[in-house]
Amino acid sequence: MHRIINKQRLSEEVYRIEVEAPLVARERKAGQFVIVQVDSDYAERIPLTIADADPVKGTLTLIFQTVGASTHKLALKEPGDSIVLLGPLGNPTHIEKFGWAVCVGGGIGLAPLHPIVRALKEAGNRVTVISGARTRDLLIMQEEMQALADEHIVVTDDGTAGRKALVTVPLTELCARDPKPDIAVVIGPPIMMKFCAEATRPFGVRTLASLNTIMIDGTGMCGGCRVNVGGKTKFVCVDGPEFDAHEVDWSGMMTRLGAYKSQEQEAHHRCHMEMEAEALAAGEGEASK
Amino acid sequence: MSHMDISAYADAARLELDRIRGTELKPRDRLALPVQDMPCQEPAVRAGNMGEVASGYAPEQAMLEARRCLQCKNAPCVGGCPVRVDIPGFIAKIQEGDFAGACSVIKRTNLLPSICGRVCPQEKQCQMPCTVGKSLKGVERAVQIGRLERFAADYERDSGLLSAPAHAASTGKRVAVVGAGPAGLTCAVDLRREGHEVEVFEAFHKPGGVMVYGIPEFRLPKALVAAEAGVLESMGVRFNLNFLVGRTRKLSALLAEDGFAAAFIGTGAGLPKFMDIPGENFVGVFSANEYLTRSNLMKAYEKGKAATPLYPSRRVAVLGGGNVAMDSARMALRLGAEEVRILYRRTREEMPARAEEVVHAMEEGVKFDFLRSPTKILGDDKGRAAALEVLSYELGEPDESGRRKPVPIRGSEAVEPFDTVIVAVGNDSNPLLARTTPELAVDRHGHIIVDEKQKTSVERVYAGGDIVLGAATVILAMGEGRRAAAAINEVLQ
Repeated sequence: MHRIINKQRLSEEVYRIEVEAPLVARERKAGQFVIVQVDSDYAERIPLTIADADPVKGTLTLIFQTVGASTHKLALKEPGDSIVLLGPLGNPTHIEKFGWAVCVGGGIGLAPLHPIVRALKEAGNRVTVISGARTRDLLIMQEEMQALADEHIVVTDDGTAGRKALVTVPLTELCARDPKPDIAVVIGPPIMMKFCAEATRPFGVRTLASLNTIMIDGTGMCGGCRVNVGGKTKFVCVDGPEFDAHEVDWSGMMTRLGAYKSQEQEAHHRCHMEMEAEALAAGEGEASK
Repeated sequence: MSHMDISAYADAARLELDRIRGTELKPRDRLALPVQDMPCQEPAVRAGNMGEVASGYAPEQAMLEARRCLQCKNAPCVGGCPVRVDIPGFIAKIQEGDFAGACSVIKRTNLLPSICGRVCPQEKQCQMPCTVGKSLKGVERAVQIGRLERFAADYERDSGLLSAPAHAASTGKRVAVVGAGPAGLTCAVDLRREGHEVEVFEAFHKPGGVMVYGIPEFRLPKALVAAEAGVLESMGVRFNLNFLVGRTRKLSALLAEDGFAAAFIGTGAGLPKFMDIPGENFVGVFSANEYLTRSNLMKAYEKGKAATPLYPSRRVAVLGGGNVAMDSARMALRLGAEEVRILYRRTREEMPARAEEVVHAMEEGVKFDFLRSPTKILGDDKGRAAALEVLSYELGEPDESGRRKPVPIRGSEAVEPFDTVIVAVGNDSNPLLARTTPELAVDRHGHIIVDEKQKTSVERVYAGGDIVLGAATVILAMGEGRRAAAAINEVLQ
């Protein structure tokens, strides 16, 4: 079991936790992920990206959004509580000196993008970061990105921070520059990554996307994470998680991501109801004192 | 198979034992004793629960079944056992009524008899060459060695006699065992017996490998696997769960930096194969690994408790003819599917599944479509599996495996509705450890290459089980784990 030593609520739905995991903190590289369970009995195994790691302190920083019952339960964990954690999983990002790299992070995708930006910088690249979110409150890792990026462009859907635009707008502008970017790395919601791929495609800018699909073991055993890339079936956990964004069958991937939508909504709803009931019961307890 | 209550079986066996009491049994008399059926839950009842299907022999049944054994001097049964259990020896103990003694005899060579008694394909191993079966002209009439093995092991555990095997004083030498499946656990015990410090590394959150993620509760209760792992712990074997060797720590680092003198790799066959037909990525198409892991290890069948969701299935097609196909089909029934069909390209005779599992599946209502295999999966407008296009086959000439080769019947394609498709056509080897350990030699299938002592291309590193054999059985994996442990014990002397 791995102890949580720090927890921060970054926005209504986004949490940042720091977890003791000395071996994983030492081995992990940019682009890799972990699988987390709130307990080893009935809990679901959920893949989470690594936002940062401190090999000296022996900790990992994980940032997650409460999207379902399991991430909700994770959000209820406090410093001192322990969780089950396996990793690092997946192949590290291939890092080299490409020249000019454009890194696009949407919402929670900014978390896994952060170590990649750092690794690209350390390899001597000029890095432009595009940070995007629905609204200002959902923009995360901004200090870190600001410190690392040679150029940092912020966009929000509602204009509450930076430009009011989708990430594809500045991405297209950057691709139109001469010389064009040598590589683009995009991480965010599947629909965003799909449109980023369409934005860079006409310019012939090589684009990598990091996929976060449904998986159980994360080691190649279940095949639940499979996705069609360039006409071939690939396993995100052992062949990925990064793939050529121009080759990914995005609509197929999004369909598979929705496989359990109705069950997840039901579980999430149940989880909410339980929490509300608990809050209510606690409130009544207070009142009767 | 009839389905009487266990006490009725016990009564019938007691009458028979009374009849033969005090008589010197000649081989002819032994051959005339009735084969003891396995008491089981009623098919209609068990198809709706996760409880174990077979409840095990009553003691009277075990005593009577043991009397069917001729105690052959040449013991052909032992030759059929991958770990050479002294079968006549343990059966003789059961004849005497010394059940704990019987278990001790088995445990000299097989440390997990309660598991092997349940999952070994006995009809292809020990029971195949049995003289009784040969004399009665039917392997199903052989001495029921597997059932007797299970009886002895269950007796030991249920009587509270399960104890940790003795181990030698500490040698101070550390050995890493990668993978807590049948090969790894067996290897760990044998290494620990010699006094080595053994650490098992397991990627999942529970030990047992295929015995916890794959083989369902109704065939192999998980409490039993946990009890066996508990025995290892009480011997002093240490388990590192949620630890993926190759990723959490490189194998080379374990050996070079962490002080392990040797390592055994028993990582299993963990990369599911698909059919390579169109439509396999539709929602509702699962590898058997995923389907079974969700329902077994993640306990998705315990609705309301388990957080891992299950796909709602009504009409399920299972592709394949092995044990995993049987397990998947029977699991689907228990999870509430209305119709479950197994599609197999050959006929019942060629099916690799354990005979008893096929019978059980049929009794429970699983339908079998022999000589049929899909050519494509059709989806609906939401990207969900909706139907299979199925082609019929006929048997042609025998192929290199000696089995008659299925030949497609041209123009026989038919479309049949299914909302769930479970692909159970085997596994490829998991590339992870080989990829992160470049010096480890693998063949073109990705299986680790070993010599006759299970040694790999890397010094002090041994391997066994499915990562070497491809898809095999629990008992073969155990045999390899033993052989590797013997070799490691030898080099660490």
